[in-house]
Amino acid sequence: MGVQKETSMIKQKQMLAEHFMELATAKESGKKVVYTFVPGNLSELIYTFDMLPVYPEINSLQSGMRKKSGDYIRDAEDMGYSEDVCSYVKCDIGMMLQGNIGPTGQKLPDPDLLLLSYTGCFVFMKWFENLKQFYPNSEIAMLHIPYQEAGIIEPYAVQYIKDQLEREVIPKMEKLSGKTFNEAKLKRKLELSAQAEDLLIDVFDSARHRPSPIDAYFGGVYYIGPIFTAFRGSQDCVDYYQELKKEVDYRVRHKLGPVTPDGVLTQEKARLVVEGPPNWTHFRNFWKIFYDLGAVFVGSTYTRVGGVYDEGFRHSPDDPLGSLATYCLGCYTNRNLPQRIDLLESFITKYHADGLLVNSIKSCNSFSAGQLVMMRELEQKLGIPVGFIETDLVDPRYYSYSNIKNRLDSFFQMLEQRQSVRISDEILSDDVLA
Amino acid sequence: MKLYLGIDLGSTTSKAVIIDEHEQIIGRGITNTRSDYRVAADIARMEAEFNSRFTILHRKLKSETNGETNWTEFFSHLKDRFHFLQFRERFYKLVDAIKSNLSTVENPGDRSRMHPIIHNMPGKILSVIRDRFLSGEVSTTSDFFRDLFSSAYMQEIEHVNKDIYDQLVAIYDRAINPIENENITFDFGELLTEALDMMPEDFRLNHQRVERHLEFVAKESLEPTDYVGTGYGRQLLPFEEKHIKSEILCHAMGAHACFPNTRTVLDIGGQDTKAIQVDRHGFVTSFQMNDRCAAGCGRYLGYIADEMSISVSELGPLAMGAEYEANICSTCTVFAGAELREYLNLGEKKENILAGLHLAIVQRAFALLARSGGVYNEFTFTGGVARNSAVVKYVKQLVIQNYGEMKINCHTDSIFMGALGGALFSARRK
Repeated sequence: MGVQKETSMIKQKQMLAEHFMELATAKESGKKVVYTFVPGNLSELIYTFDMLPVYPEINSLQSGMRKKSGDYIRDAEDMGYSEDVCSYVKCDIGMMLQGNIGPTGQKLPDPDLLLLSYTGCFVFMKWFENLKQFYPNSEIAMLHIPYQEAGIIEPYAVQYIKDQLEREVIPKMEKLSGKTFNEAKLKRKLELSAQAEDLLIDVFDSARHRPSPIDAYFGGVYYIGPIFTAFRGSQDCVDYYQELKKEVDYRVRHKLGPVTPDGVLTQEKARLVVEGPPNWTHFRNFWKIFYDLGAVFVGSTYTRVGGVYDEGFRHSPDDPLGSLATYCLGCYTNRNLPQRIDLLESFITKYHADGLLVNSIKSCNSFSAGQLVMMRELEQKLGIPVGFIETDLVDPRYYSYSNIKNRLDSFFQMLEQRQSVRISDEILSDDVLA
Repeated sequence: MKLYLGIDLGSTTSKAVIIDEHEQIIGRGITNTRSDYRVAADIARMEAEFNSRFTILHRKLKSETNGETNWTEFFSHLKDRFHFLQFRERFYKLVDAIKSNLSTVENPGDRSRMHPIIHNMPGKILSVIRDRFLSGEVSTTSDFFRDLFSSAYMQEIEHVNKDIYDQLVAIYDRAINPIENENITFDFGELLTEALDMMPEDFRLNHQRVERHLEFVAKESLEPTDYVGTGYGRQLLPFEEKHIKSEILCHAMGAHACFPNTRTVLDIGGQDTKAIQVDRHGFVTSFQMNDRCAAGCGRYLGYIADEMSISVSELGPLAMGAEYEANICSTCTVFAGAELREYLNLGEKKENILAGLHLAIVQRAFALLARSGGVYNEFTFTGGVARNSAVVKYVKQLVIQNYGEMKINCHTDSIFMGALGGALFSARRK
């Protein structure tokens, strides 16, 4: 992407390059490799044992962005995976079949541990069962996270996860790494995580300003989120978010809109909250539809898949394993529908959104199930226009530009209609609207 | 007089509506959509203009004659004749094209056998179609030039030998597209004068009255103050961006203008089915459209009609004569065609099969309706498919079954709702 580079973006690029270089040389350096998932990831714990995390979903989305996912999916389907299987899984399998080359062109190391944190997506279990076939020598550890059926984090659930960490996950990590669990080291990392989490929320909350200095969806997954997933618990991660916050504060002071691939968005015409992951195969084309029309995303749930920090939760050195457990329980996909609706409602009101858009993902049940109910409830409760489009994560066959554009044209005109009524009732403040 | 124009360029039909400053419809025009979208839009607009001139004339005559003349009947006859004359113009062009295509037939023997057929056919066809127009059998909202000509032509050649039959079909196929995509301009005054001469004896007495207004009505400017284009092909209209509106908003606006208490609108068009929720202002709050598959839309009916070699307008009435609905479980248009053939082989009555197909379409539309949030308050059914009596019957049945008794609206202008919405948007633009 020919994007405008800010210091944080350059830093992000360096950090990722170093990370993938470390992965490529893991065998030589003797570092153990943990394949794990973004929601409910135990980065701090993995780094405590000086191991390196690999996130298959991120590999898949990167393959999608690099236009490789179509071939990978075809190979997986040739192997017998059906059309309806999650495209992240098929893309990952296809990538392995073609030599497991990562986004930087370097080969990814085989896993020493398949650490399955189960946070609401049942496909994760099957995914790792399949990876176990590819890597029969790798250890496997299952961390079962109970779904928040009742919409609250029950003490027994926290204890249940702590027990699994103590009895299953940590002993396996100790065995593999040859290192004893160092709680003090974990505590230091959790402290750094909490600092990064404060900064991350400051960045997300900057969307309260008009114009919003960030795009919390496309920008959210492209600039704001990636570092968080791979580096939580490191000083580098804190430094990155400090830099990013500085840039965002500057944008707020100068009333600048978010950075897009075609430069700064100069005229904010619509503020949206979005539910659901983006499409990765046509990421830029998809983003362009919005910024061309002056639409900016002020909130997104997808950027909360790796953890929800909006309601005050922070990793804490005071109860290291307990806070890891609470973190896992609070991930977006582990929340029940009323909780997801509440979170969306809080984004819509806090960030003064004009409408809600749902991007339903053809091959993702964990996200798509319940979206229509969520949409309807929010439409009725808040009286805002809601829009619905369908794409897929990384299967390029399910991205139909004309279908999406046609629906979005109607959605944007719905927003305009509303705004024309609302503007007469309300004088819009230039500054923070909260 | 301030006028506003809405054009709805659908995948199957193109519609135009002209409203006055009181938001009353004064003219409607419709034609089949063809490869040149602009021609379709121009014809729809021209038809709406002619229709508006008839409305203006009708209003004038009615206001000065105190009800001693049945003007509604008069205008019905007059319009039939007027439309026939329009048909005749394009007909001659098509016949010329077919005749000239005859020279492309390579085999001289075939050519000489086809020659008398081609040269005798026009007179016969024109006379048959003339009678249909003059007896009021032709519907201007569903019997378009192509349909009228092709059914008469096919009937004319159905008994010829197979070897030249295919060639006769081929020379027609080659001729129809360019002729259909040609824009023909008509002089309203001239056509009306000729149409008046063709009126039945009983109505001739009114000629003088009509002729008094003829010049004014034919020349009155119907240039719209503002206009909006909508529909599936809206981006192809030669309109500036500000004159283009989404069909979702236009259908909702049109339906809401006719039925202000409606909160849920179901529109089944040629290739889109739309379930739309509107608020009390007629503003859309959410909508769902069929994605990736157009089974359950108007084209499905078109496909079935082709499979059964009948016209689309015959489907509904036939299905209404069913004893029960044959179970059509396919969710795919093409496979539904396979089911249809299977049932026919098994000896099932075609009425029952058709009833099953109609019910299948409506069930698909209702799945979409459920996705959009179901039915609130008053329910309005719009779109071209709303002219099909069997579809309307099953829609009413399923609304009551799924959502309870409520007011169900289906306007006679249902096919014009998108164009009406467009016209209303242009009239209400600040």
